[in-house]
Amino acid sequence: MSEVTTDHAPEAEAPHPVIAPVVDRFPEARWEISDTEWLVDVDRAQLSDLAAACRDAGFEVCVDVTAVDWYRSRRPRFEVVVNLLSHQHRRRLRVTAGVPADDPTVPSLYPVYPGVNFPEREVYDLFGITFEGHPDMTRILMPDDWEGHPLRKDFSVGSVPVTFKESPEVI
Amino acid sequence: MDEASGRSVVSAEEQAETQYVEEWVSGTEVPDEMATDEGAQEMALTESGYRFREQLGAVVTDDYLYEEEVSEDERMIINMGPQHPSTHGVLRLQLELEGEMIKRCKPVIGYLHTGMEKTAETLTFMQGPTNVTRMDYLAPLHNELAFSLATEKLLGVEVPPRAAAIRVLMTELNRISSHLVALATNGMDIGAISMMMYGFRERELILAFFEKTTGLRMNHNYIRPGGVAADLPPGWRKDVATILKTIPARLGEYDDLLKENPIWLSRTQGVGVITAEECRAYGITGPILRGTGVDWDLRKVFPYSGIEQYEFDVPVGTQGDVYDRYRVRVEEITQSLRIVEQAAEMMPSGDFRVDDRKVTPPPRARIDESMEALIHHFKIFTEGFRPPPGEAYAAVESPRGELGCYLVSDGGGMPWRCHIRAPSFYNLQALPVMLAESMVADTIATIASLDPVMGDVDR
Repeated sequence: MSEVTTDHAPEAEAPHPVIAPVVDRFPEARWEISDTEWLVDVDRAQLSDLAAACRDAGFEVCVDVTAVDWYRSRRPRFEVVVNLLSHQHRRRLRVTAGVPADDPTVPSLYPVYPGVNFPEREVYDLFGITFEGHPDMTRILMPDDWEGHPLRKDFSVGSVPVTFKESPEVI
Repeated sequence: MDEASGRSVVSAEEQAETQYVEEWVSGTEVPDEMATDEGAQEMALTESGYRFREQLGAVVTDDYLYEEEVSEDERMIINMGPQHPSTHGVLRLQLELEGEMIKRCKPVIGYLHTGMEKTAETLTFMQGPTNVTRMDYLAPLHNELAFSLATEKLLGVEVPPRAAAIRVLMTELNRISSHLVALATNGMDIGAISMMMYGFRERELILAFFEKTTGLRMNHNYIRPGGVAADLPPGWRKDVATILKTIPARLGEYDDLLKENPIWLSRTQGVGVITAEECRAYGITGPILRGTGVDWDLRKVFPYSGIEQYEFDVPVGTQGDVYDRYRVRVEEITQSLRIVEQAAEMMPSGDFRVDDRKVTPPPRARIDESMEALIHHFKIFTEGFRPPPGEAYAAVESPRGELGCYLVSDGGGMPWRCHIRAPSFYNLQALPVMLAESMVADTIATIASLDPVMGDVDR
């Protein structure tokens, strides 16, 4: 590949040697490698494979798993955010994957990083995104009989149904 | 001895003899000719040949064969908590026990969940620290710092040197006060009640200084986006000097109490062991990770608030047990005192918050003179500021590990998403690893050494 001419913009430089094998293996993912931050946006079907490749490339710690609900402002509606950390290379990598609202499922990272047990349950609890392959996909923070997923944008803050005496539904 | 199996080969004759001896020892079938009024306590009239050889060690009886016969009925699942005093709040553990041995453990959390991440979406960036400071209530300033750093990353704002130095001074004092509580509660859980009194006594010293500086003992809302809320109070050097003089001497007293105390050693050494690989796999950070010998400290690796200018060491352990975590915390107090001393010495002069009227409110005195100041004041306290759309992750080394704040802005005055990466939440996942095949009594020591804050876990 070295004979490819790099006559355009400096951002076309070869990526950092730590991440280069993963970039080569997943060329279709959207990579943003800068000096300060390493980001990648990947299709959700590839999330698990990419995480395994990252772990083999030295990202041995999964720092955080969370999600963002882009209700009515982006498509797909949900975005799962995974923060990876490499102790040996002292680098962070943020992996994002879009999740559509009509099929909110993502492959679980539990086989790769057992430490995502709690955070994936948290995301399931608060966003309603199911992680397939997780050994214990249950609610963790909210009560077991809770209806809805509180961190979704269409779940209003503190909506306790109040029925007034004169309300037509009561009569 | 049968070399192949490693077990003793016992002839039928000896087995019969063993049977006889065991029955006789248990006192159930005492032969008439041997019956005395001593009962089962009676010394044998004649030592049997087999028993004699067993005592000499020539014959080995495998007792693990009997362990396998333990039926499922012997196992039971019990709840520890959520109101158990040693669980540091409302942590519930489901323990599967076989006698005194823990076979499995499952932490059950959520009893303190108040939806603070949801609340954060309804507060402006200016009001955010008021919310996040209530998460890890033993290290409130670290929460505020993580939130402020993430907000400043979104804004692209750099705080003045004095603000950064004040942040370092305050958060390191906060680390000392948090570790003092960890030592105090760790001591009390194992039975060293004096340690409880001592730890909370010294913590008062630091909290009094916090109260003088921020107005509150806890939940300060002191570190805000753009700097800190107020300058250090008059006479702060004297207070810091008192802290710097008092605490090292008191640390010596703690060492006298605990460091070589045989009871303390036997309750902590080799208890709750975890390896560095397990820590990495489970995302465990802070003193637990450093107790295993990994010198991972975000203050060294990804420095923030200019902490790279200060000299300090990262203490590490070797065994990854409760004792090592205790030692790491004591050493970190010493190192934090070093940082505080340097911060007090080289405290730069200047502004304590960024001079950008779109981010921080103008000085109170200017409002009477300037119309622009009044407008800025009004705008900041009603609708706040609007960072450009984007996302930012900022992490600080809290007393419990990596405390991260992931902020997403859609260009509005409130965060679209505010996620706190709570160290206690992840560290709790170490409990099943640490507690497998250990005694129930060690659970108490292990939980205390994790130093979980349930407000941080449940948010």
